[in-house]
Amino acid sequence: MAVQGQAVPSARARATEKTPGRRANWGTIGRYIAVVVVLVIALGPFYWTAITSIKVDSEINASPPTLIPHSFTTQSYVNALQSTQPAFAKDLLNSTIVAILTTILALIFGSICAYAIARTKFLGKGGVLAIILSVQMFPLIALVGPLYVFFTGPFNVYNTYVALIIPYLVIALPVTVYFLTSFFRDLPPDLEEAALVDGTTRLGALWRIVLPLTAPGVFTTAILSFITVWNDFLFGLTMTADSNAQTVTVAIPLFNGEHQIQFGEVSAAAIIVTIPLVIMVLFLQRRIVSGLTAGAVKG
Amino acid sequence: MATTTQAAALPERRRSLRERLDLGNGVFPYFLVAPTIIIIALVAVYPIIDSIRLSFLSNPLVPSGSTFVGLKNYIQVIGDPAFRSSIGITIIFSVVSVALETLVGFAVALLMNQTFRGRGLVRTAILIPFAFPTIVSGQIWLLMFNAQNGVLTYLMQATHLLAPGDSLLRTPTGLVTAAIIIDVWKTTPFMALLLLAGLQVIPGELYEAAGVDGSNRWQQFWTITLPMLRSALLIALMFRLLDALRAFDLFYILTGGGREIQTMALYSYAFMFTGTTVDFAPGVAAAVILFIVCAVVGIVIVSMTRLSQN
Repeated sequence: MAVQGQAVPSARARATEKTPGRRANWGTIGRYIAVVVVLVIALGPFYWTAITSIKVDSEINASPPTLIPHSFTTQSYVNALQSTQPAFAKDLLNSTIVAILTTILALIFGSICAYAIARTKFLGKGGVLAIILSVQMFPLIALVGPLYVFFTGPFNVYNTYVALIIPYLVIALPVTVYFLTSFFRDLPPDLEEAALVDGTTRLGALWRIVLPLTAPGVFTTAILSFITVWNDFLFGLTMTADSNAQTVTVAIPLFNGEHQIQFGEVSAAAIIVTIPLVIMVLFLQRRIVSGLTAGAVKG
Repeated sequence: MATTTQAAALPERRRSLRERLDLGNGVFPYFLVAPTIIIIALVAVYPIIDSIRLSFLSNPLVPSGSTFVGLKNYIQVIGDPAFRSSIGITIIFSVVSVALETLVGFAVALLMNQTFRGRGLVRTAILIPFAFPTIVSGQIWLLMFNAQNGVLTYLMQATHLLAPGDSLLRTPTGLVTAAIIIDVWKTTPFMALLLLAGLQVIPGELYEAAGVDGSNRWQQFWTITLPMLRSALLIALMFRLLDALRAFDLFYILTGGGREIQTMALYSYAFMFTGTTVDFAPGVAAAVILFIVCAVVGIVIVSMTRLSQN
């Protein structure tokens, strides 16, 4: 029996050895072709936008298009940042302020909620989690009508930061609770137990032990919340009227104008809007991937 | 004797600590989740219910002049050919793009599940489209597809996929095709990463056992990989499908917010915000219909997940 058990794998090993280098080679070549295709498709549009943003107008309109820019100018960036229709620089500031404020609020409420879900047992926990996560999948257009009526009427905050932060909490909180719960669960409870023995309150333990120990996870969560809010378009479009509160995603389509697309300018604007996100994601990619996939795998 | 007492007391003491951690102090956990739940109830759940109320009114933007009109707004919206066409576009877009994302995502996940040099590079690269705001993704592809100087228009004309002077964005079919291409580009990474995580927790012994049984890789894929991935796949499908059904940003940027081609969300927005005030309530009614569609799809997929787990 034992002999048989050993004989089979070794026979298999011999078989794979016998199908010689050729198969492995084809596999390797095919794999690298696939890798190149994935890289070109994933990065191509970003590359194209980046080179369009530094080309001079005559080269942007050249046919055939040039894959490696022959000209270099920062004029498009200057134009984008000085643009008044839309007021791109102001919109950039609006987005930054609103995204930071929303993220801070979402972290405060989300961390205590995630702590309860990760560390305590209570009746209805599954329901609480299900409600929070299902909100993430709501068609947000169904919230817009009543919020618009409310913000333009009885609670007059239309076209201010408040009109954005309130709905943004709804899209930031599910992300925050989901990721923080996952990071809190990964922390062994021993240290908190020790602190609780010493008479620390539970919120004290969260503040002094759990949050510092999961700081990289909390930071990742903050970045993801920031990105989620920053990337919103629908609420920015419907809850603001002008650059008093208008966000940067709303500014982007306005570059297309009535008659003529300013190709260099809009490319520069697109790069300005995404570069911070790309940098943050690259730095935090491991944590983002582990947080993102934890729920799907653990169920 | 003393040691036995100690030994008996120790686990006793530990358990009470565990209880303090695990069972909470009665109502205490409810205080912790309350702020989040209250915000979600006030800003997400209540507006949905209020949407239903508004959709039965004649003109909610004029508080004094608003009267109850029953199902009139729904009848108007359902009778509108533009709304029925938006349902068709939403369904085609959602089904085709999610199907393609699943297939491509699966292929990318299987690729990344192998060990090779440059694997980290692939993961980094596919996270970049994922981080882009949808509106910016739409914008940069719009530039590549545009008729005047778009690089993809040039390539498609050079390979005779398009007639000279033509562009993909000129016809409704072309616009939906472009939207599907952009959506697949942007969201395949999400699919691939979720499926990759699922692949990595499949025990290697299963494949070894299957190898002993003499089944080939293709058979192993169908008998081991796919069934083991079912729950990760269903969760990813639900996220993607519900996200595609509410598609707004992409179609807004591709059409300039125009009415020539609309998803259900864009139809609803156009009525609420680009028409006159009497169009507001029908727009809300369209949004309520979209919410019901999404809720039904969500519930069906969740029950499928439950069934597959039992």
